[in-house]
Amino acid sequence: MTRPDLSRRGLLAAAGGFGLSIGFMGRAAHADSTMARKKFVTVIARGGMDGLSVSPPIGDPDYAGLRGRIAIPADQALKLDGTFGLHPALAGVHALALKGQARIAPAIASSDRARSHFEAQDVLESGGATVYGATSGFLNRALEAMPGRVEALSVGATAPLILRGKAPAGSWSPGAAGEGSPRLPAILTDLYASDPLLGPAFARGLQTEAMAATAMQGVPAPTPAAMGGGVQGFVRQGQAAARSIGQTVAGFMRQANGPQVVAISVDGWDTHANQGAAQGQLATRLLYLDALLTGLHDGLAADWRDTVVVVATEFGRTARINGTGGTDHGTGSTALLLGGALKPGGVIGDWPTLKAGALFEGRDTRPTLDLRGLFKGVLGDHLGLDRAALDRTVFPDSAGVEPVRGLV
Amino acid sequence: MASPSDTDLQAAIAVTRFGLGARPGELAEVAKDPKGWLRAQIRPAGADQPQADPATAAQRIADFRVYQQDRRAMRRGMAGDDGGDTPPDRDPVRIAARMLREGAAVDFLARAQLAATTPAGFRERWALFWANHFTVSGVKLVTASVVGPFEQEAIRPRVFGRFEDLLISSTMHPGMLLYLDQAQSVGPGSPAAGYLRRRPNAVPGVGGGLNENLAREILELHTVGVDGGYSQADVTEFARALTGWSVGGLREAEARRGRFVFRVAAHEPGSRSVMGKTYAPDEAMQAGAILKDLAAHPATARHLSRKIARHFTADEPSPALVARLEKAWLGSGGDLAVVARALIEAPEAWDPTPAKFKTPYEFLISSWRAIGGQPGAIEHLAPPLNALGQRAFSPPSPKGWDDVALTWAAPDAIIKRMTWAEGFSAVVAADLDPNAVAAGALGARLSPAVRKAVARAESREEALSVLLMSPEFQRR
Repeated sequence: MTRPDLSRRGLLAAAGGFGLSIGFMGRAAHADSTMARKKFVTVIARGGMDGLSVSPPIGDPDYAGLRGRIAIPADQALKLDGTFGLHPALAGVHALALKGQARIAPAIASSDRARSHFEAQDVLESGGATVYGATSGFLNRALEAMPGRVEALSVGATAPLILRGKAPAGSWSPGAAGEGSPRLPAILTDLYASDPLLGPAFARGLQTEAMAATAMQGVPAPTPAAMGGGVQGFVRQGQAAARSIGQTVAGFMRQANGPQVVAISVDGWDTHANQGAAQGQLATRLLYLDALLTGLHDGLAADWRDTVVVVATEFGRTARINGTGGTDHGTGSTALLLGGALKPGGVIGDWPTLKAGALFEGRDTRPTLDLRGLFKGVLGDHLGLDRAALDRTVFPDSAGVEPVRGLV
Repeated sequence: MASPSDTDLQAAIAVTRFGLGARPGELAEVAKDPKGWLRAQIRPAGADQPQADPATAAQRIADFRVYQQDRRAMRRGMAGDDGGDTPPDRDPVRIAARMLREGAAVDFLARAQLAATTPAGFRERWALFWANHFTVSGVKLVTASVVGPFEQEAIRPRVFGRFEDLLISSTMHPGMLLYLDQAQSVGPGSPAAGYLRRRPNAVPGVGGGLNENLAREILELHTVGVDGGYSQADVTEFARALTGWSVGGLREAEARRGRFVFRVAAHEPGSRSVMGKTYAPDEAMQAGAILKDLAAHPATARHLSRKIARHFTADEPSPALVARLEKAWLGSGGDLAVVARALIEAPEAWDPTPAKFKTPYEFLISSWRAIGGQPGAIEHLAPPLNALGQRAFSPPSPKGWDDVALTWAAPDAIIKRMTWAEGFSAVVAADLDPNAVAAGALGARLSPAVRKAVARAESREEALSVLLMSPEFQRR
């Protein structure tokens, strides 16, 4: 098997410290060559990403008052329209928005209302209407519903629910792989032959190792020494690592039999205290997210035109600042849509406003859109899944949830 | 009477499934009385302590606060400079990060050495289960060096006592109060909130408010569970009752610094209603009374019985086993020694088929135990744990480390385990007899196929790698 460039992998491992992990799912060459070029990436922001900071509704008259010192100042937000801006850390996303290649859905949520991270993530990733509604991930079932042999690949040290299921999933994560006995993989393959857990996982892991070296060609290695000291130096290192991850993911996707569908997790969004405003804890996370998305865009190059990216979170946060300069678990949040395949357009879904009477249970952004509707729209129009599969198997019992059409 | 081969298999199960893996010679000893060996590890004094004279949480928190103060002072001294050009060896952020890392590294290494060498592996696994149940993670700067002291002070002494005491000691510990943001939470109707609002330089939304993080996680994770029948209103009411539970700061008397304090001025006045019961005003004891009722709630018994059964036996544990543990829990008022004995006596826990896939920590520790060794430096532990997704003392969320095979058996993780096993074997295999190591580590659980593959390997290194990566060594 091909061994990757050790020094580069070692440096990329720095990304592990910034809470990035990635899952890929891919499929073999598609029978239909147009469909085979389509690429879909979903980024799950774990911990409850604060939509009111990602896309601050600076034109909403109640925003500044509810948010106090964590409100994004109107003159620092990156303007989208008369109501919404983007957080100043999302400069890369904003540049794409100006070209019609990035849009926001500012009041979106899963169907779960328990405000539990773990329950809400389960509902988001399983695609069920309720918790424990399904035990596999909706992206895995989406691949099953697509024609042709399905290849799957996951990158990240642990396997996320969104990828689990019947379609076999591979995985890869940054980090050193050593030179070892060339016989050992063969011996273990024999010992795992009748092992339903280790057998398939090991076989897929070996395949992915062989692809990793190619995926990283041309990705510049982060060089921590050149980043400078202080907090700023740490942030620059994190951004560089996130950008490298984005570019490496793109490197996997551009290969002939590379993954068409990718899932990435970014954690650290549970900002109960001192979340900051234009700068601070949440701003740093958003800088990493922006770097990741920019790396993906740059790495995909010409293939960006066939790509759609969805950034979603399990729930938003309270509309009001809490007692400790942060926000508690809420309901509606923002989803970001990016990609060269997108049709230009404005805000996706209705804005319920932040008026006292409009808030959900008097505290949260009221969701006007179901995340499943957004995913159904993209999976249907971009990847060609039919409505029956979307309603029944990918998102069970979801016929009542209309796909958001016309996005691509 | 059990036949000799039955007790051999029971010994292998006792040491690998209930414990942390066999050290050379251990299986033969345990085979004399496998259940008796397990029962003898239960003791009122609780789990073993990794360090005889450890740093305390109070010291570590005070040190961190001093560093924060110095950093603020330094920042003011160089206003306008973002620190971007400070040389790394004089950079206060890097110096502090190194200090925190070194303290945590000492604690983590000591804990791993205890796990690798203890003759009471079940006692240590039981302690690790409870430390993970009441997760304090080092992912925040302020808690980065407090996880080890938290385990030593709040968890280990009480793992065979009453669940109620464990719940209260973990909730009151400064590590937990800081990790789940309780220390800063202020009752909106408290005198402290009124004072903060009336200050001449008051900013709307600053100070004087509730943080519901700890209250929610106690309900959802530590006690009744997400389906335990509580509402958002219960979370908020419980958060109000918890106001005032805080951690002493640098400006306070030394006896309070970095320790649990009750700030009566921050406590929300009035009665509280949580899960249908009303709690009269009683200062700090109001939240204490709620914790006691949550500990005694039947949903807590069910939630924890299932979690224990899952950890020790199978990702989908047998309902009969869960029912047995629940009965022991309810019958003893949550006496964890009684629950541990019920687990040992349960026939379902002795199923010969190993259903649990080892976590990365369990895999590494059991590898050292198999060769009769122990990790000598944090550098032997931290890099492989990072690569395998189980960063030292740093679970990604308050839920703690996941406990199911699908999380840990990702394809990449199997390749990384193989890479680590090869590196480990290259260092340690030269003086070992791999056939003896295989028999000593797995005993009656060693399959003919793996025994043969170990015996036929080309080198000692390859033989040990095959053993460590074998299906039966990867499971317990």
